[in-house]
Amino acid sequence: MLRSLLPALSLALVLIAIAWLNPRAISYFGFSLMLNLAIPIALATIAQMFVIAGNELDLSIGTFVGFVGCVTATWLKDAPLLGVVILLGSIGVYALLGALIHLRNLPSIVVTLGMSFVWQGLAILILPKPGGKAPDWLLALMAFKPPFIPFPIIAALLIAAVVHFGLMRTSYGVILRGSGGNSAALKRAGWSLLRTKIALFALTGLFGVLSGMALIGITTSADANIGNGYTLLSIAGVILGGGEFVGGRVSPIGAVIGALTLALAASPLLTFMHIPPDWQVAANGAILIIVLAARVLISRRER
Amino acid sequence: MPEASADIIRPDGAEKHFGAVSMDIIRLDGAEKHFGAVRALDGVDFSVRAGECVGLVGHNGAGKSTLMHMVAGTLTPDSGQIAVRGGVEASYSVPRAQQLGIRCVFQELSLCPNLSVAENTRINHASLNGFGWRRKAAHLIAAKLDEIFPGHSISASDIVGDLSITSRQMVEVARAFTVTQEPLELVILDEPTSSLDAHTAGQLLAFVRRFIAAGKSCILISHVLGEVLGNADRIVVMRDGKVVAAGQADAFDRDRLVTAMGGAEAREKAAAEIASGKPEPGPLRVRARPARQQDGNELIARAGEIIGLAGLAGHGQTDLLLAIFAAASRAKTGIEVTAPVALVAGDRQSDGIFPQWSIAENIGIRSLARLRNGLLISPQREAELAQLWQRKIGIRTPDMNNNIFSLSGGNQQKALFARALGSDAKIVLMDDPMRGVDIGTKLEVYDLVREEARHGRTFLWYTTETEELDNCDHIYVFKNGRIVANLRRDELTEEKIIQSSFGDAA
Repeated sequence: MLRSLLPALSLALVLIAIAWLNPRAISYFGFSLMLNLAIPIALATIAQMFVIAGNELDLSIGTFVGFVGCVTATWLKDAPLLGVVILLGSIGVYALLGALIHLRNLPSIVVTLGMSFVWQGLAILILPKPGGKAPDWLLALMAFKPPFIPFPIIAALLIAAVVHFGLMRTSYGVILRGSGGNSAALKRAGWSLLRTKIALFALTGLFGVLSGMALIGITTSADANIGNGYTLLSIAGVILGGGEFVGGRVSPIGAVIGALTLALAASPLLTFMHIPPDWQVAANGAILIIVLAARVLISRRER
Repeated sequence: MPEASADIIRPDGAEKHFGAVSMDIIRLDGAEKHFGAVRALDGVDFSVRAGECVGLVGHNGAGKSTLMHMVAGTLTPDSGQIAVRGGVEASYSVPRAQQLGIRCVFQELSLCPNLSVAENTRINHASLNGFGWRRKAAHLIAAKLDEIFPGHSISASDIVGDLSITSRQMVEVARAFTVTQEPLELVILDEPTSSLDAHTAGQLLAFVRRFIAAGKSCILISHVLGEVLGNADRIVVMRDGKVVAAGQADAFDRDRLVTAMGGAEAREKAAAEIASGKPEPGPLRVRARPARQQDGNELIARAGEIIGLAGLAGHGQTDLLLAIFAAASRAKTGIEVTAPVALVAGDRQSDGIFPQWSIAENIGIRSLARLRNGLLISPQREAELAQLWQRKIGIRTPDMNNNIFSLSGGNQQKALFARALGSDAKIVLMDDPMRGVDIGTKLEVYDLVREEARHGRTFLWYTTETEELDNCDHIYVFKNGRIVANLRRDELTEEKIIQSSFGDAA
């Protein structure tokens, strides 16, 4: 019980720390600013969560987000049809990777590590130096200011609700999660493991594309390296949100909360603590270790 | 008492199959299967009629599981043919078997631990989808659990991984009997009671008899021969990939079954050894009081003793063994342990085996200190230890450097015994290690346990099979985490154990 509350608890803890350090940050404007980058991180975390649900890992999600960003800032603006085709095609590539990993029984870590260089290379080919511009409709969407509740919070709730319904509530979502829990049992019941793997990887591709587009909608222009940090952030977000690397135990709501916690702990909290930027990355890592250690301790006590 | 109603329901031979006398639900002719050089099935003819319960017995590795995988469609025979209801099936598969109403409860649990009981039910029913499927699935499984195991305490929303192994097996069995769109004609039960206690096993077998009486069919595989003799209409005995005996159940008795399976000599030897006297017990090895014990009862084990832990499954026996194991390395109140301890795990897949390692490495892990040569493990000493125990305990493999999964289930368990017995441990804790192990292996291990006890080792043996308690010098019966009875072997009867397990006495 305590264990399932842990993601929410750690988010609350970070929020309380921020409120204590800087009460003015707890406002409509403050949240809009602090959670600015939370949407793409949440989407990338959800993307990672789908492969983790099938006992795989995607080490290419970061450079893939960068690749999508470069496509969004160039072709999607200048030649929208071609841009859409490329993005759909990249989701297709993810689906094929899933098929390859299943059929050849390859470790996903190796395949996706290789693919990370492919995406990075393609991104550099598209945008050798930072630039490009986000399509206007995307800029308008990401700059949307709803009344009372900041846009990033609404977006996070929406993402969590949609994915929770899709993966945790629908009857095929059960099959997808079951493929991570006991694939042999699924096969005996007559389900195609090839299809579940393809579905999980395609969903990862889809949410990777959404993450890249959301990121460019916020930053307005792209850079081939813009998403590189997302690989580890997304994995940490899934685990922070109560997911486990093997066994199909994942939680979409937890993953989104984990992503929000990371987004807040990453820079706003540390800045308010007057930690110099040079040390922020290390401090960020320390926070991760503390939260994950707390999770292990609590789940061990409950056992 | 489930036994009382057996005669009423069990039909007399073929008489009840009027009209459809020759109607086979499934028939295999000349089925063969090879795995590399191993001939798992060597031309087997097998059939099941409507309204019949076929008992299938044989050692582990006799080919029972392979045969059942074929009936269920998960394996295709290399040669031979499969016919369902008289029609030859050219491309028989799992979906086809399901269409025809043939289901299987496999020996290894095939539930997804990360999903709830209801969600696991959904996995077996493609038609449980659309709006409201969760409610439908929950009703379906809950109703079936109520029907088979009245008084169970499983909720459809429980996550399977949080359930005890007994409850998981109950869910697995109940799930196989749920019906949505596809028909249900034949259920294969492969060791369905291996993780159940006597009470729930009785409930299940009573249900199976009702199921058969309703005209459905069942294949019952069990190492508990009494279950097969008491519930099957017809019995098929397998050995080395062949059917060696088959006939009406009343033509068999226990001894004939054991002889057909090829375990007769071992059994007689066991009986003779039990009869022979026992030396005086040595110094105190373990004194333990369960955490929830309120009165003065405590477990005492001396050198050279075999102590049995009995009672219904999951009533604190495993907890006490684990507490004793922990107390050996770190002092604990209420538990006194005076010698090194080794544990033979019951759930060997999750607690016992290192799946990536060879047999030799799996045996050597408990004795690393002795196998060391400087900073490194000496491969030679590891191999010597492995070979010694291969001979002593009879692990059937061409090479101890093969992966542990190349062994059959019974031989894997032997490797785990070799790990404990090959170590320096003077106290061996056994957490129902014989679950799902064939009788031949069991008898071999019993011999070894008694021999090791004569040489001064102490065994604490939790078992769900009452017959195994015959090997013990002293039996403690557990209920709700407490010791409720303390019996010497000469006082031991099944009634006494059941009485203590179900009684109200504290």
